Amino acid sequence: MAKNDLKSRVQDNVIWKSIFRPGSIYRKGYRDTSRDRALAAMNNVLYHLHPVKVKRHGLKLTYTYCLGGLSFFLFVLLTVTGIFLMFFYTPAAGAGTEVAYLNMRELSASVTFGQLVRNLHRWGAHAMVFTVFLHMARVFYHGAYKPPREFNWVVGVILLTLTLLLSFTGYLLPWDQLALWAVTVGTNMMGFTPVFGEQVQFVLLGGVEIGPNTLLRWYVLHVLFIPFITVVFLAVHFWRIRKDGGISGPL
Amino acid sequence: MSDEVQLDQEVYDRLISEGKSERIARAKAKAAAVRQAKIAEGQSLGPKPPEQAEKALEEFRSSAGGGGVATKAAAPAESGAAPGGRLTPEERAARVQASLGNGGEAPSRGVPTSSEHTHRLLALVPPAGIQQVQSKQMDKVYTWPHLLLVEFVSLLAMGALLLIASFFLDAPLGSLANPNEVPAINKAPWYFMGLQELLRYFHPMVAGVTLPGVFLVMLMAAPFIDKNPSAKPENRKVANLAFTFFASFWGLLVLIGSFLRGPGYEWVWPWVEGLGFTL
Ligand code: HEM
Repeated sequence: MAKNDLKSRVQDNVIWKSIFRPGSIYRKGYRDTSRDRALAAMNNVLYHLHPVKVKRHGLKLTYTYCLGGLSFFLFVLLTVTGIFLMFFYTPAAGAGTEVAYLNMRELSASVTFGQLVRNLHRWGAHAMVFTVFLHMARVFYHGAYKPPREFNWVVGVILLTLTLLLSFTGYLLPWDQLALWAVTVGTNMMGFTPVFGEQVQFVLLGGVEIGPNTLLRWYVLHVLFIPFITVVFLAVHFWRIRKDGGISGPL
Repeated sequence: MSDEVQLDQEVYDRLISEGKSERIARAKAKAAAVRQAKIAEGQSLGPKPPEQAEKALEEFRSSAGGGGVATKAAAPAESGAAPGGRLTPEERAARVQASLGNGGEAPSRGVPTSSEHTHRLLALVPPAGIQQVQSKQMDKVYTWPHLLLVEFVSLLAMGALLLIASFFLDAPLGSLANPNEVPAINKAPWYFMGLQELLRYFHPMVAGVTLPGVFLVMLMAAPFIDKNPSAKPENRKVANLAFTFFASFWGLLVLIGSFLRGPGYEWVWPWVEGLGFTL
């Protein structure tokens, strides 16, 4: 009884009711009925990305393996851990001012949870490349790119490219030997772009070879520009899933 | 958090005995129980009481009549207004026609300007014009709780996995970057190892620009190349085989590059020379 008393005291006031809309499972009087189940999805900002009802077969874990959802979860996790890392990182390099690299050392040595968050960010990034690729494979094997979903597949390929670019730009930021030379392999190839090779390389490196300018440039790309573009394409991707009639299938 | 809804046992038993499915009987029995609870609380259910409905109808008729909406078809029905302050079927049909822009000779203004219901403009767009409309009822379930629970559990599992990995494995950090000292083992991140492996066999322009470019364009074009309308695996053996072939080929290149290449990017066996691979 005491528990119910407390519950209704918390739920039965102006503030609580102003936050949780009718049908919210946190609102007083939520009943497990069709109406309230529908409202739970419709009246919640986080859930209304979903339709009120979904095809039953799409729920089976073996249809989507939740791979698209997990890719998105990882993207959110990387955003959160990335913001934490930004507090402790300055994208500066060059003789006598090896700030970026020293920041990485300090992060693991003296920042509370610094090493753990860096690990989460690193392994999360690898995992995201992996889940996005697996998501693409599952979409292909289900023929889920067929009309009317052709365009969403194209959006997906763009998202795959953006995911790789996010990973790759982040790889340079620790400014250690591993980062510098792994990125060198990649940027040397860009120099072979037909006709504009030298220009492309110059713009991306901020000079003729990887140096402090490159670090600053890739930092901005990594924490701002590419995530921004990715969010735009994610919005289109999710919107199209619903406009294309929800999840594909059944096979 | 939910207050469990009691089933109305009577309704439930009746529906089951009528041969309705368990799912439907349960939903209807729940609805009946909620309805009764509401009546017991003194709430009114169903359509508006006659006086209120009459008034709303009057308002609609006067605005519609003045605005040239639904006049022609609705006029004959007006004399024999339906009981209970509802629109007659003819009136309702006329109203729908009018809002779709087919209201006889009089050009439709769509929604009466005096109306507060600006949202009804949406009715002017047939649903099929903006989204896929399934004419066939599908087997569907509520997103809450079914889908959201699955999503939540898989999110927790992935989160736990990453947390455990991050607890035991530290991200690598080498020595300070030095442009003058090329490391013996010099590799791109694993997802680009396929390209680096190609670099062994082709001119850098081919391996680094042409092939990946062609690959990306082909990938984007896949839905337009594969014209086969069927999504059943048994009908699309060629497509599945082609994808599997390319994916495995790519995977093979990545594996070779990651594990079988050592100092100077020469071929090594990892059990002889050790693993030249960092994540
Ligand atoms: C950042 C990366 C991505 C995210 C976060 C993402 C997210 C999602 C989500 C949540 C779904 C719902 C169904 C499911 O989970 O499988 C979905 C469906 C879909 N995705 Fe992605 N996706 C990404 C990348 C891609 C890629 C690389 C492709 C293909 C090249 C792609 C193509 C599609 C298609 C065609 C659908 C509709 C599938 C269906 O209706 O069965 N997506 N995506």
